[in-house]
Amino acid sequence: MSAALLDIDHVSKRFIKRPSIGERIAGLLGAGRTTEIVRAVSDVSLTVRKGEVVGLVGESGCGKSTLGRIVAGIYTPSDGKVLFDKGPVAREKGRRTDKLTTRIQMVHQDPFSSLNPRMRIGDTVGEGPVAHRIVRARDADAYVANTLERVGLDPSYRRRFPHQFSGGQRQRIAIARALAMKPDLLVLDEPVASLDVSIQAQVLNLFMDLRRDLDLTAIFISHDLGVVRHVSDRVAIMYLGRIVELAPTPELYAAPNHPYTRALFESVPRVGVGRKNFRPIAGEIPSPLHPPAGCHFHPRCPFAGPRCRHEVPALLPVGEGRLSACHLNTGGTG
Amino acid sequence: MSEPVLRVKDLRTEFAVRAGIVKAVDGVTFEVGRGRILGLVGESGSGKSVTGYSILGLIELPGRIAGGEVLLNGVDLTKLKGEQIRRVRGAQIAMVFQDPMMTLNPVLKVSTQMIAAVRAHDNVSRKVARSRARDALATVGIPSPEERLDAYPHQLSGGMRQRVAIAIALLHKPAVIIADEPTTALDVSIQGQILAEVRRLADETGTAFVWVTHDLAVVSSLADDICVMYAGRVVETGAAADVIASPRHPYTAGLLASVPAEHEPGERLPQVPGSAPSLANLPPGCAFAPRCFKAGPACNTTPPVQHFEDGRTALCHYPIEPDSCQPLSSTSTTYQNAS
Repeated sequence: MSAALLDIDHVSKRFIKRPSIGERIAGLLGAGRTTEIVRAVSDVSLTVRKGEVVGLVGESGCGKSTLGRIVAGIYTPSDGKVLFDKGPVAREKGRRTDKLTTRIQMVHQDPFSSLNPRMRIGDTVGEGPVAHRIVRARDADAYVANTLERVGLDPSYRRRFPHQFSGGQRQRIAIARALAMKPDLLVLDEPVASLDVSIQAQVLNLFMDLRRDLDLTAIFISHDLGVVRHVSDRVAIMYLGRIVELAPTPELYAAPNHPYTRALFESVPRVGVGRKNFRPIAGEIPSPLHPPAGCHFHPRCPFAGPRCRHEVPALLPVGEGRLSACHLNTGGTG
Repeated sequence: MSEPVLRVKDLRTEFAVRAGIVKAVDGVTFEVGRGRILGLVGESGSGKSVTGYSILGLIELPGRIAGGEVLLNGVDLTKLKGEQIRRVRGAQIAMVFQDPMMTLNPVLKVSTQMIAAVRAHDNVSRKVARSRARDALATVGIPSPEERLDAYPHQLSGGMRQRVAIAIALLHKPAVIIADEPTTALDVSIQGQILAEVRRLADETGTAFVWVTHDLAVVSSLADDICVMYAGRVVETGAAADVIASPRHPYTAGLLASVPAEHEPGERLPQVPGSAPSLANLPPGCAFAPRCFKAGPACNTTPPVQHFEDGRTALCHYPIEPDSCQPLSSTSTTYQNAS
């Protein structure tokens, strides 16, 4: 087992809603002020080893994208720290150390908004490496051509603008931009969610080829259990800001431990199993503004008992390399 | 199967754009029976949504329906004008959009909108209309419907809003509901709830659904029948289970093979090479031929509709033979070699 490249250590992120002008006036006039706090990520720990791909799965509001952005240094954590290659990702003032800036790269979900529409794609891909002296300006053109070829795009396209490309091609450009920085860690936030099925397969194949050729380490964020199973070595399931289960991919899919993971697997429609009797998870995803006390999943959980309503279950080992946060594993819910 | 409630025959919808005439829907034919769910599957630009809009007569200039028939219980909707079609729309045939905020007015309470929808077709008192609205909300599984009636759309979650949109579509117990990607924007656990409700509604009320989607997994677990579209044409039809188990059209086979969940983790996914053609600039003959592993000399002429057992069809010169079909694995090797 190789050493941890990334160490997320008890990280939390809170977003505080700034009062609107109206609320501030009301406050001045003596009305009680209510600050609304969204606990997007609470007390999450996760290590990523070199050469490993970790999948982050969850539904909206579970904090998977926020966690990805903390890792990439876009957000600073409210509590805890993120160590990359034993150095902190975020500085005190929230600016990353320069060298780290280049070593962690991010690919965003929507290739229509993540590329500057007024920049030729060659400049989009080449700007970073030149600015950070990965290549000299006069070699940039060849470097860009090379990088585009690596992601399966014709190098002659580099004088074109983003609107001249299809969704799948744009996502390749976004991946090329990240790769051009020669990153050690790639954070991919729903990289195939906006693509058609046949194009999605092309981009996933590209990712797996790149991973093999470049020995990439990556965090792969997705709501699609099938996609994550396909590309990840380990998978973390998140629910309302917490990791509820973490396990090597084959074990997780063979025998999910946490009731939420099990319910999630059951509500996913699958090709080829025929018309099925849905046994959907009851209830709504609670708002992260007002998460339920105790285990966040207890209002929707068929096994919930009194203990789940007030005691937060710890993420504890339930097998070789597996963690799960459920009272069922530690003496029951009663 | 009983007499179909909705029969679409050779429907053609065109858009006149600067580049010329774009045939967004080009000779689409299918039918749906009472209480059945038809999955209309395709990728972006395949014409599946435009087909849905065309059925309800919601095509606006520069688009127009250039030909064909949409028979709802025997009445051709394409021939109806103005007030006539408005009387049918919402009463006998209704639509659910991908984004429920396309249906819901953000500044009006749910009750106001639903009462208006009831009274648009039935001359009843507001009180009766309100109770029918409440019943409709209960039907789609909304807890405490009475309170939800007094909510504004922004006070509801995405899943709840979509349920309200479906409830509005159900108000007049229409024969057919066209649903355009209604669960695409929802989380899987909420999607599962809505699919379960829709299946139950179709079985219990006899309402037929045309479920427009790009998601094969959803269709596979929800629909009775499948209609696969590519570049404005129907390329394959048949019972959902049959089409998924042994696709006859190479495009359907390619789509099914690219679903990651059906492969060993880490395995190279069979991919359909290239990307969908622009509708303004279609290749002659079969539009899928440039991406097809089975393409042969005949493919530059328009492919015939081939009929197979169990009423299945495929629009192809060289359909896949079922006996060669270890469906996913055999097509995967083929596509792997092709890519």
